[in-house]
Amino acid sequence: MALMLVKFDLKKRVKLAQSVWFMYWFAVLAGVLVFSMGLFFKIELRKRSELMDNNESHFLPNLLIFMGLIACGINAFGGKVCYDSLDPTKFAKWKPMLKAFLMFCVVFNALLFVTALLCFLMRIPFQFTLAEGLRNGMKYYKDTDTPGRCYMKRTLDLMQMEFRCCGNDNYRDWFEIQWVSNRYLDFSAKEVRDRIGSNVDGQYLMDGVPFSCCNPSSPRPCIQLQMTNNTAHYSYDHYTEELNVWKRGCRDALLSYYGGMMNTIGALVLLVIMLEIAVTIGMQYVNSSLSTLANPEDPESESEGWILEKTVKETFTDIMDKMKAMGKGGKVEEGAEAGVATVS
Amino acid sequence: MPFMPVKFNLQKRVKLAQGLWMLYWLSVIVGILIFSLGIFFKIELRKRSEMMDNNESHLVPNLLMLVGMVACGINAFGGKVCHDSLDPIKFSKWKPLLKTYLLLCCGFNVLLLLVALLCFLMQFAVYLALAEGLKNGIKFYKDTDTPGRCFMKRTLDMTQIEFRCCGNNNFRDWFEVQWISNRYLDMSNDVVKDRVLSNVEGKYLMDSVPFSCCNPGSPRPCIQHHLTNNTAHYDYDHRTEELNIWVRGCREALFSYYSSMMNSIGALVILTIFLESVDMAGLKYLCTALETMTDPENPECESEGWLLEKGVKETFADMLSKVKTMGKTNQVEEGGDAPQA
Repeated sequence: MALMLVKFDLKKRVKLAQSVWFMYWFAVLAGVLVFSMGLFFKIELRKRSELMDNNESHFLPNLLIFMGLIACGINAFGGKVCYDSLDPTKFAKWKPMLKAFLMFCVVFNALLFVTALLCFLMRIPFQFTLAEGLRNGMKYYKDTDTPGRCYMKRTLDLMQMEFRCCGNDNYRDWFEIQWVSNRYLDFSAKEVRDRIGSNVDGQYLMDGVPFSCCNPSSPRPCIQLQMTNNTAHYSYDHYTEELNVWKRGCRDALLSYYGGMMNTIGALVLLVIMLEIAVTIGMQYVNSSLSTLANPEDPESESEGWILEKTVKETFTDIMDKMKAMGKGGKVEEGAEAGVATVS
Repeated sequence: MPFMPVKFNLQKRVKLAQGLWMLYWLSVIVGILIFSLGIFFKIELRKRSEMMDNNESHLVPNLLMLVGMVACGINAFGGKVCHDSLDPIKFSKWKPLLKTYLLLCCGFNVLLLLVALLCFLMQFAVYLALAEGLKNGIKFYKDTDTPGRCFMKRTLDMTQIEFRCCGNNNFRDWFEVQWISNRYLDMSNDVVKDRVLSNVEGKYLMDSVPFSCCNPGSPRPCIQHHLTNNTAHYDYDHRTEELNIWVRGCREALFSYYSSMMNSIGALVILTIFLESVDMAGLKYLCTALETMTDPENPECESEGWLLEKGVKETFADMLSKVKTMGKTNQVEEGGDAPQA
């Protein structure tokens, strides 16, 4: 008793082949889309790899690129087979490969599902990478004369302006590190010496933030130095001042940006999975309907199409039996060889 | 003696019709492109209309949108005519319209030339609008509590950050205006009072710039106050300091942005003129080839196609004499009316 049996005549077979061909070309476009999304994600990670300490994992975008390429190949092949399916001579050369092709499609769909799952789960290790990278970024902000770190200031400033964020968790992170290089501090000034002396590590700490933390929407010119000192500025109360600097932390901002990107890509991959399942089922129907022609010579004869030749349970037991037989076949061979060895 | 005659047989006619049909659909796509470029340009002008004092001229984008739509319509019609041209029955219903259609295409090409010229010339208007608008923008920077101007600070800051520029001509423009609102100045402070009084108009001027002038590429934290005072900062010489703040003026930065946009659009319109001319020439050849078939019943007969029936000089003389007869007809009628009266 086949699973989901459908009767086909010539017209229905032609319509099925045409629509499955059309869907396969649509699936090729979907494969190109997955490929380009992987490429886009890879480029975005590269652009900000300085902020992730240069050790972010490129596993997910590489996997997406690979999957996209395979999807294009598989679907182009499927489209070609559908196109040839209505011509018996051409279809005869594809027929032996179809069973293996369909098995491969099923495995590919499972891999796509794993990819989609990864898209949603990779957010968690990403969070740790970002936290580490941003902390180091802020530490190296002042090292504009150290090779390898001289662009950290520029990268961090541009990032804070673009993502409208300040510091790692919030702006107070800047109070805990020295972000002004010693080259620009006048060590002969008493004030500078006092500040450095009062600190255990000998760092010049201040309650100020870089200019890139400034919020352009603030009605007053930006207050970036002596932020916790209310008397240093006219009509200023740092407890109630809201619009002066960006309140959000950069880890939050970057995580929501990349998280949103990964969620969208994951959702799109799920849609592609559904499309792939549909074309696989369609191909199975095309294959089975062309195999069961009542009269092979007459193209206008009736035929039947199905998804599985027997029911799900029977197909499953068949597969299990085959696997057991393969395992036993191995054992029998070993036993026979041992016998031959002892004889000789 | 026809101008540039070409002999056609059936195969050549079919090939001409097919090639021309594809060319017409390409022209439709180009028309859509011009329409969307017009919309894009309009949006860009709107986005920064505050920087241009809200009186920038939208003539060029509106013309581009109109021209784009007309181009789509004309070229779609041309494509339809080409598609029907190989079927004598369908073609006969288009035949009477073709002369007017080709004249309309000529007029449209002249309009396209006008639009291209405007794209290149209106840049001066944009330059003047920018100069005026930026000057006012800097003046109104501090008025964040005045309705209608409260977002000028934000717009100007974002423009300076995005276009990497400072002030109108350069950063010194900020030294000449008061860009801190009086609400944030402590008028009881002696320093503030001195500075305000030392100025004729009672303005609080300083040698400082807003934070949006800061260059993130500078190796040292941004120096935005006391810019001309070398002793106020350690190891600082304002004459040799280059990377601290943006040195370019915003008028120049914005103008180069809009000017490159308008130049590209103008170049595309000129390409469209060439494309339309090729379309017209092809259609003229196709029409004449189909009209001069030696045996109208036999589709496989030979025919001849040309661009102009007589030479260029003769056609021009013909047109002039037609225009003169139209004028003379009016005069004769007047003379005729007078004796009757």
